[in-house]
Amino acid sequence: MKASLHHARYVITENPVTLFAFGLLVLIVLVALLGPWIAPYDPLTTNTVRKLEPPSRAHWFGTDQLGRDMLSRVLVATRLDLIIAIGAVGLSFLVGTAAGACAGFFGGWTDRIVSRLSDAIMAFPLFVLAMAIVAALGNSIGNVILATAIINLPFYARMARAEVNVRRESGYVEAARLSGNSAGRALAFHVVPNAMPPMMVQVSLNLGWAMLNAAGLSFIGLGIRPPTPEWGILVAEGASFILSGEWWIALFPGLALMVAVFCFNLLGDGLRDIIDPRRRT
Amino acid sequence: MRGSLFRLVGKRFAAALPALVAVVVVTFLLMRAMPGDPAAYFAGLSATKEAIEEIRKKLGLDRSLPEQFVFYIRDLARGDLGQSVTTGQPVTTEIATRLPASLELTLFALVLALAVALPLGVLAATRPGSWVDHLSRVLTTTGVSLPTFFTGLLLIYVFYYLLGWAPAPLGRLDSVWSPPARATGFYVIDSLLAGDPALAWACAKQLVLPAITMALFVMAPIARMTRASMLGALGSDFIRTARASGLTRATVLYRYAFRNAMLPVVTTLGMVFSFMLGANVLVEKVFAWPGIGSFALDALVASDYAPVQGFVLTMASIYVLLNLTIDILYGLIDPRVRIEA
Repeated sequence: MKASLHHARYVITENPVTLFAFGLLVLIVLVALLGPWIAPYDPLTTNTVRKLEPPSRAHWFGTDQLGRDMLSRVLVATRLDLIIAIGAVGLSFLVGTAAGACAGFFGGWTDRIVSRLSDAIMAFPLFVLAMAIVAALGNSIGNVILATAIINLPFYARMARAEVNVRRESGYVEAARLSGNSAGRALAFHVVPNAMPPMMVQVSLNLGWAMLNAAGLSFIGLGIRPPTPEWGILVAEGASFILSGEWWIALFPGLALMVAVFCFNLLGDGLRDIIDPRRRT
Repeated sequence: MRGSLFRLVGKRFAAALPALVAVVVVTFLLMRAMPGDPAAYFAGLSATKEAIEEIRKKLGLDRSLPEQFVFYIRDLARGDLGQSVTTGQPVTTEIATRLPASLELTLFALVLALAVALPLGVLAATRPGSWVDHLSRVLTTTGVSLPTFFTGLLLIYVFYYLLGWAPAPLGRLDSVWSPPARATGFYVIDSLLAGDPALAWACAKQLVLPAITMALFVMAPIARMTRASMLGALGSDFIRTARASGLTRATVLYRYAFRNAMLPVVTTLGMVFSFMLGANVLVEKVFAWPGIGSFALDALVASDYAPVQGFVLTMASIYVLLNLTIDILYGLIDPRVRIEA
């Protein structure tokens, strides 16, 4: 426990950029948790007397076409965006790792099925596939998570397969098998934990991408519906006001999305530099 | 040598077939799962029960799923993607008229991205740790964090609303102009062919902002990969030998290092195309660009499923073909791949 804490501190303080990104992450998580309490107004209450007001002291981010406070809407949206990104990446990490690990360890038909399924997903431009999935399964937050998870799946499956494959024949696996562990047990408790570090880098690099995809889906009107505050939808609502010069409606949610994705990407890069320096680009 | 190249192309074609089959099957299953009853939709609101049944029969929707699949394959082989209910036109015609708009935008954006990202990556690799390197690092990390739809809106605000340099972001051509005679379907090229530079300029002005939006998004992966593989190539033994033999810096850099460094970059182009075809939909929506992406979105809103299916199939087929091209291109650049084939 102490050693892993020490290691975590090393990882974070090694690079000032990573430290900065970590601070940003803490802030984003705090806003996601406390959003409804720190928002100065109700994000759904309309007030048409004060519609389309530019940023002011009363409304830091201005108000939208229905007089709703943009700051409150952006703050409250954080939780939903984070839940979608984490939910989607978590789901594809769990399923992809399990499937890929089995494919790499047992080979044979398991390997063939998993590899063909990954190939089938990768044959599509991924965002287009996500669009088709949400269109087919129906507009709901659950389906956005599912669609984003499916398009991320091949990355985890392929990576887990490769990582497990190179460790399959290693000495410690043989030792575990000889001391009476079943194949499944050796895979789950000996091979997979050793393949985790590169997988974790993939997770942190993927979070930002998942968030962009989910926001893109709701920007084109798939999945989340107004008036639910979500960054992609908020930008979409502001889009029609850009041409008449009301920039604040689209700008602030867009910036929030950008900062969150930027933060995940920086963290992912920092983590990769430390765990797997050869992949540094 | 020639024979081996033929073999390579043949082999790649065979390898692309399963992808195409997967695309066709997955699209079929997804579209059958779409909510709503297409027969009732085709029949319209005031249709009787009998009329809906009639249409269901006509569309083959009363058959079993495998039977429907056979019909679907037969129609596909004939190039028939069904009819759009909202426009009343065959989907194939609709897509054929809109595809050039999407392709013009995507290809122009790709050229733009390559023109900036390749030199940036090379510069960053030849001067690691310099300001160019740091700049490229910041640019690439920011580039992958930018939501395309948001970048597009920002550019519109700055260059159209504030500065007034760009025309209104409403499609391929301002309504005061009439589009050029169709030769390639690319407005800029067509109007140049028609000998109308003023029209070409008007078309190019509409194209610039959406293309920059898209290019910004894909520049990052290309620049990153170029830098990484240039660094790898520059550190290798053959570069040391070339330098020691007294070759000029430019020869070493471009003839030896750059050519070798291009191989991994060509490989990542596959992923870049996947990004671009997806970003295409978002950019078309932001700029009201009349391509197949905005066509599919309109159909999606109206739950008109034939155009959506046609769109997904077209995009995925283009993507499979692009990957095939990349594979073949790879064989052309790297003789080793040809020998293995």
